[in-house]
Amino acid sequence: MTSAHTGLAPTRQVLSNGAVVIAKQSGMTPAVTMTVGVRAGSLHDPDERLGLTHLLTKVLDRGTSTRSAEQIADELDGRGVTLSISTTRHVLSLSCTCLADDFERVLELLGDVVMHPVFPDAEIETRRGEVVTSIRQDEDNPAVMALETLFALLYPNGHPYGRHAKGTLETVKRIDRQALAAFHGALVVPSSLSLVVVGDVEVPWAVEAASKVFGSWSGPAAEPDVVPPVRQGPSRRRTAVPMTGKSQADIAYGFTTITRADPAYHAVVLMNNVLGQYALGGRLGSSIREKQGMAYYAFSAFDANVGEGPLVIRAGVSPANVDRALASIDEEVAVMASGGVTEREMEDSKLYLVGSMPRMLETNAGIATFLQNAESFGLGLDYDVRLPGLIQAVTRDEVNAVARRFLDPGRAAVVVAGPYEPQEELSA
Amino acid sequence: MAAHVGADRLAVRETILTNGLKVLTQEVRTAPLASVWCWYRVGSGDDGPGCTGISHWVEHMNFKGTERIPREQVKGIIERFGGSWNGYTWLDQTTYLETATRDALDQMLFIEAERMAYCLYDPADCESERTVIISELQGGENEPEQLLEIEVTAAAFKAHAYHHPTIGWLGDLQRITRDELYGHYRRHYVPNNATLVIVGDVETEDVLRRVDRHFGSIPPGTLVPPLRTVEPEQVGERRVKVSKEGTTGYLRIACHAPAIGSQDFCRMLLLDAVLTGAKGLNLWSSFRTPPPQRSARLYRALVDRRLASSVGGAMLPTRDPFLYTLSMTATEGTALAVLEEAAMAEIDRVARDGIVEQELQKAKNQLRARLVLENDSVTNLAHQLGYFETVASWELAASLPGRIEASTLSEVNAAAARFLRAINRTVGWFEPVSAGDRQASVGLADGPGAPEEPR
Repeated sequence: MTSAHTGLAPTRQVLSNGAVVIAKQSGMTPAVTMTVGVRAGSLHDPDERLGLTHLLTKVLDRGTSTRSAEQIADELDGRGVTLSISTTRHVLSLSCTCLADDFERVLELLGDVVMHPVFPDAEIETRRGEVVTSIRQDEDNPAVMALETLFALLYPNGHPYGRHAKGTLETVKRIDRQALAAFHGALVVPSSLSLVVVGDVEVPWAVEAASKVFGSWSGPAAEPDVVPPVRQGPSRRRTAVPMTGKSQADIAYGFTTITRADPAYHAVVLMNNVLGQYALGGRLGSSIREKQGMAYYAFSAFDANVGEGPLVIRAGVSPANVDRALASIDEEVAVMASGGVTEREMEDSKLYLVGSMPRMLETNAGIATFLQNAESFGLGLDYDVRLPGLIQAVTRDEVNAVARRFLDPGRAAVVVAGPYEPQEELSA
Repeated sequence: MAAHVGADRLAVRETILTNGLKVLTQEVRTAPLASVWCWYRVGSGDDGPGCTGISHWVEHMNFKGTERIPREQVKGIIERFGGSWNGYTWLDQTTYLETATRDALDQMLFIEAERMAYCLYDPADCESERTVIISELQGGENEPEQLLEIEVTAAAFKAHAYHHPTIGWLGDLQRITRDELYGHYRRHYVPNNATLVIVGDVETEDVLRRVDRHFGSIPPGTLVPPLRTVEPEQVGERRVKVSKEGTTGYLRIACHAPAIGSQDFCRMLLLDAVLTGAKGLNLWSSFRTPPPQRSARLYRALVDRRLASSVGGAMLPTRDPFLYTLSMTATEGTALAVLEEAAMAEIDRVARDGIVEQELQKAKNQLRARLVLENDSVTNLAHQLGYFETVASWELAASLPGRIEASTLSEVNAAAARFLRAINRTVGWFEPVSAGDRQASVGLADGPGAPEEPR
């Protein structure tokens, strides 16, 4: 149980090889959640082998130097454990939850998968087929097509945030065992790894078990991720992705903003909450869903990272309503930029963001995600205690300043994917 | 090591108010939170002809203000306590929830009491919501798997109201009137048709006093009996094909399956774990974590053999007999007929030869773990109490782990032979057609081995 005064107060230990172990005991269920984060994201995919990290997430746990894919599957399945492996631009993540009694054995297996994968050729072929199918499914999905196209507009000229994380049918073909092993050897290294253990396990034991698994592993020193700066769009950019077999069109509309380390971070979080999150989609939801009945979803999302992250507005609307929905988004964006937020909105959003922390930190998985994120951005072990103060300290002027700085319909990137006949000015 | 777990959770307590409202409370002190759910025994299985989708639409209308909560103040009551709120409608139930810090308990109960009896149904709001719901339906139609699910379910049920999708048919959504919505609301939203669940860091006596203050004066209503139609026994395999523009083929196989009250339910749950990995029993949370399935029979036969890129199974607790469903995505370049042949070979094999003891033990281990993992928050605990009380009884949920453990190999194999047999199946294909042929159509599929339409 977490008291409001002391917070989570997790234990953090750096092993001699640089690997970080963070542990927190919690007793809601007789279970343990483990997450591994490695700074080996798809940012590092070579252009000609785009999708390498994504394919790596599919084959990492399909065989190690001492276990076959089948053995790994049997060990996990027999304990009811699902190991999820995924990647963002910056972080390769592995996570699983097991019964507390299985903690040590599952951690040992997790370590084996992280440190000693062998990428069998037959497994690469099977999972490549799954990735190819998944790329083809995306081509048929208006929401995915709208977002992917938007990122290409926001991050042009080969910027790593603008590339398809899954790769293309062409680039995925070129990924082989050698490329996967080379990527793993260079980037999946102890000094860029953090392990978080949360659950029904005593902290000293968790740290000892982690040190036993990862302590003697060695590898080259890790370099920090470098992201090229991105220029805010000088003018409005618009693209249509016609998909005539579909019932509904997906709109993705956005701007580039700031990095996670930017002092304005919490001001943008608050502005985004008012614009497109609070209750059911903030001002955007009120206008497009509640008042005009045009969409089942209309909201905005903000994601800051090592590089300048996007603020993306999304809505799914009938083809006949695309122009009206775009006009409403333009209006809400312009009104926020010129008028900012009200005192009442500031107060409401602050109460919500601060008040939602106990929910966010209720489950083992919720705590593990929070701690992994704090470690990833160097926010400190007391970040859960400091966060309410950081949110409370944001002023209305600061929120209004970031609204003016980033929101401008005249500089938005706009994509419509779906059964929509583009007018001349909206064509690619 | 795990001995202290459970000390933070007290037993569930059941209380029935004089107006018939059943109240389930459980004190859980692991976080300073409370979760309130209000459940109604009305779902899309209660939507009558011409009114498909009405239960779901009523759910939407019940977020639009009440006599004492003006429409513009609906948002914010729970948010100011950092809370989240939501609702959902499915075959047998409609439910609403709030989870927030425990200080919000009174506000949460107030909202649910208002929702039970005093919603407004402003005609303009009904019209505005009509287009929101049609947008929700069309967003779903963008997903080939959802289109296929709707066609397969409709083909599997020719008489029972599980036939139509929860969201309803477009034609009905275009015609349902405000008065029909309000009438449906008033018939079903009565305390004696509801279950109120409160789980969290609260004092039971205090909760019950507040519940009585908010709900005690709401009069009971005349209970509407469930629609009486029983689905006739299926007498032969049914097939359906969706031919629509797309990139990927999908296969779906649905078998009529036992309801939650049947002894066979847990046996089918174990069988599903053997075929596609255990999911657990919590509709609110279980499906957010993929099942452990790498060693499951259909995963090894279809995914590891490169015929499918994904395989899933669903055996869900329902009041009346529903479906056990298997769904697969064909890998790029794999014909649906080839995928179906391989899937059917596995299904026929398990129906004929059953599973082995080792598989049964693994399935039990998986379910034991999943049932622990899916009860990791006050929201999930409260969901399970209300869900099972609505489709059967909350005590049944507590008995399920024991029923799963007690299931024997011969019982599971008898269930496999009975429910997976060919004449009990409906087989559906989503066959993508090239962008040149954009006319969507739904028709009967050819059997496997029959000539395929040009792609």
